[in-house]
Amino acid sequence: MAEPGKTIEELCEIKEKIVASYPDKVGKNRDKHIQVKGCTDAPSIDANAKTIPGIITTRGCAFAGAKGVVLGPIKDAVNLVHGPVGCSYYSWLTRRNLARPAEGGQSFLQYCCTTDMQEGDIVFGGEKKLMQAIREVHEILAPEAIIVSATCPVGLIGDDIASVSRQAEEELGVKVFSANCEGYKGVSQSVGHHIACNALMEHVVGTEELGDPTPLDINIFGEYNIGGDLWSIEPVLERIGYRIVSTYTGDASVHDLARAPHAKLNILMCHRSINYATKMFNDRYGLPWLKINYVGIEETARSLREMACFFGDEELMEKTEAVIGEEMARIAPEMERYRQRLEGKKIMLFVGGSRAHHFQRLSEELGMNVVMAGYEFAHRDDYEGRQILSQIRKKGMSKVVQDIQYELEPGFKPPLSEAELEEKNRQLGGHLLDYEGMISHMKEGALIMNDLNHHETELIIRELEPDVFCSGIKDKYVVEKMGVPSRQLHSYDYSGPYTGFDGALTFARDIDMAVSTPTIRFITPPWKDTEADCDA
Amino acid sequence: MAKSSVSTTNACKLCRPLGACLAFRGIEGSMVLLHGSQGCSTYMRRYISGHFREPVDIASSALSETQAVYGGAENLKQGIRNVVAKYAPAVLGVATTCLAETIGDDVGMAIAELLEEDPEMRAIEIIPVSTPSYSGGYMDGFRDSCVAILEKMASAEQSRADQGSGRIGRLNLFPGFLSPADIRYLKLVMAGFGLESMIVPDISETLDAGIGPVFSRIPAGGASVKDIRLAGSATASIELGLLNPAGQSAALLLERSLGVPARRLPIPMGIRYSDLLFEAICSVTGTPLPEKYQQERGRLVDAMVDAHKYLFGKRAVVYGEPDFVAALTCFLADVGVQPVVCASGGDGPEFRKTLEVLTRDLDETPEILVETDFSDIRFHSRAAAADLLIGSSKGNHIARDLDIPLVRLGYPIHDRIGGQRILHVGYAGALNLLDILTNTLIAKEQEHLGYGYSYM
Repeated sequence: MAEPGKTIEELCEIKEKIVASYPDKVGKNRDKHIQVKGCTDAPSIDANAKTIPGIITTRGCAFAGAKGVVLGPIKDAVNLVHGPVGCSYYSWLTRRNLARPAEGGQSFLQYCCTTDMQEGDIVFGGEKKLMQAIREVHEILAPEAIIVSATCPVGLIGDDIASVSRQAEEELGVKVFSANCEGYKGVSQSVGHHIACNALMEHVVGTEELGDPTPLDINIFGEYNIGGDLWSIEPVLERIGYRIVSTYTGDASVHDLARAPHAKLNILMCHRSINYATKMFNDRYGLPWLKINYVGIEETARSLREMACFFGDEELMEKTEAVIGEEMARIAPEMERYRQRLEGKKIMLFVGGSRAHHFQRLSEELGMNVVMAGYEFAHRDDYEGRQILSQIRKKGMSKVVQDIQYELEPGFKPPLSEAELEEKNRQLGGHLLDYEGMISHMKEGALIMNDLNHHETELIIRELEPDVFCSGIKDKYVVEKMGVPSRQLHSYDYSGPYTGFDGALTFARDIDMAVSTPTIRFITPPWKDTEADCDA
Repeated sequence: MAKSSVSTTNACKLCRPLGACLAFRGIEGSMVLLHGSQGCSTYMRRYISGHFREPVDIASSALSETQAVYGGAENLKQGIRNVVAKYAPAVLGVATTCLAETIGDDVGMAIAELLEEDPEMRAIEIIPVSTPSYSGGYMDGFRDSCVAILEKMASAEQSRADQGSGRIGRLNLFPGFLSPADIRYLKLVMAGFGLESMIVPDISETLDAGIGPVFSRIPAGGASVKDIRLAGSATASIELGLLNPAGQSAALLLERSLGVPARRLPIPMGIRYSDLLFEAICSVTGTPLPEKYQQERGRLVDAMVDAHKYLFGKRAVVYGEPDFVAALTCFLADVGVQPVVCASGGDGPEFRKTLEVLTRDLDETPEILVETDFSDIRFHSRAAAADLLIGSSKGNHIARDLDIPLVRLGYPIHDRIGGQRILHVGYAGALNLLDILTNTLIAKEQEHLGYGYSYM
């Protein structure tokens, strides 16, 4: 059962061991990406830095961030990938963002459309082919919008996809826009998120009116409906009385995205991928955002209460408390059963740009100790909070991709005056338009590792012997081959949803499954000494 | 018939560097580095891991804007150094991507510079392969990698030295991209004939490994460097799959450069093509067919007789790489199933010709789709009133749409487990396919029986 955790000194030694395992230059670099919470002389963590060639990280590219993450889930648009065949194929439903067609509408997520550039297109340019491909997509699939995204060669050969998209929009009378998210841009998928947010702001947001506004209209940002996450929290929000105008962008319609400025509050789940858009919404429409987290029971309840506090409506607050009370009472016995089974287990969370934070409280609610957490592609503010934003030195592509600077849209009436907003923020303890980052919520004596690579994964598993390691498919089998159970927190290992009250139970069940399955006991055969290499 | 549109909707092919990653995985102690942006390595690792459920480490030179403009040689060298420092591979494949190819990086020169700067790197076989994603598909990358490996490592000196030692009964086998279960079967066949063999690539262990007490970063198994160096001393080379151009044939390369006679055969799926394989082994080694395989063949024919009543006249759609489709078409024709659509994202005049010959005597001529996508395959499957689909997981949307079963074979299979353990080849593989196919059709029929469950 629970062992006493490592002391901060021991963890610092482990960190030194990792750093020493590299050639000098690489070691110096990695030193800045690893921190021990509670270690007094720790400098700020480095993040969003260049990937070291030959170090096997789990990071993706700008295309993966733009098309794969932000633009891909828009259900009634077709994503047309301009490039050779691979990138569209690899991003073909691989992120498990689910969608159901709206009544009378369509979902094109099953489609993977590409110009499949050939050598001739690389040499002579692919604009004509792209134009023809857009026409075909329009003619055959007739989506509500066509989104063109670029892969590596496009920027190199200078195909002007923005101009082709503009021409196509004029010719076909359907929304066509593009994202120059060539894979070589930036240091990871992160820059792709930013490129996609800018494209949405420029071409979609605010292009339609919301016909029937209600006082409790909200948007959910950074919710991609992985494994149905949206569908788990949506009924809870609706029961309380909220209406979701749009998500950004899980199960979203391009029309909902367009009408989103008319909501009263943006709640923000995945800070990393879409905080650019929430900021631009605030600049342009005076629409404030609130960082919430509906993974974990306490966090869901806290988020719902803060939302109710924002709207300040008595009835809403009562309804919120009633729903929280009902839901908690309903799932408490089962949560308790799982908590007893998982008490003291050591869990590692290495995922995403926000999820390693989101899943911490839930893990703790289940009695587990988070011994290591880290992000693949986060920035420093995801670790240390937005107060350090001004200190981040812009480098590489982050210099090139900037937020579009919006003034308040003329004639647009923000939901709250500045004075009202200030008062709200006071009531919310300054939480509006802010994110405290992951580190402040972590316990002393936990390791924080940014952009973990395969070599370090192995090392850290040997040193800290976790009971379960949560990451993605590229690490999963490494971890399992080492005899440690693993769950994917990108795809949820084809389970989920993990959000809200029911999602907490599903997560508990899945982690319990991982640590309780009898299968791992068989790694050591009965005729071998059972002490060796086997923690069971 | 070629694709009906300029755009590709739901592609039926995978990109070229993926094939290099798969091929190098079958060499002992090897690693691959993709010269390109970080995303390629991540996407390909994801796609290989998803099918095999194994760790797949692929390094990247992680090019960004600066290298896209000024060239990526320094990143490539640093990447190789870091992979060598942390993985100590015996063989390192360096495959290009569309980024590296478009900017025109000279990989050979960068490697030469590296060897100059770090002479200790000469102990490692660093093998570059050009795999631009905008040309061909993953089997091109796969075959090119096999050729590059042999070209680099099988030398004439080794070959002469070995002939001196009087080695006989040694075969080179180039199986193409088969499942680990297939490779294990072929190894048993070789052993059954009393042959020593070199299989390139040999993914039987590296992409279907057990959990052992000690985790090894580069999985055990694969064709050994020592064996590859001896390729020139083999009695003959047998290559499975013959629809790729001759320049992509490792067997022909060895014949040309080291005088090892080459036999190129179709993938031995189904009875007819399995017969070709066994005949070829018997003839190049001068040994009769071992009793075991005579029995295996007998069992297969017996099963085919049993199954014919469920299969005859059923209408099947087959899709995948050209060699895979041709072999499956042959198998279907032999068991009385009517192939109605034979489709590939690839092309080649040999492919069409082979299919035409294979299906010449059938009651119905199938629609042959080349350079196609799943959008066209869906259209033609519906038009042909198909009873079932055979191929990778990517046909699942069509299967749902048309309410017909999909028999998952080949690669990638990511919505079922066990893709790496499907035995496709030889008499045993044919038997396996026959059982899967037959039971799938029976299950479908039972589902729809108006009077409930019945003996079949």
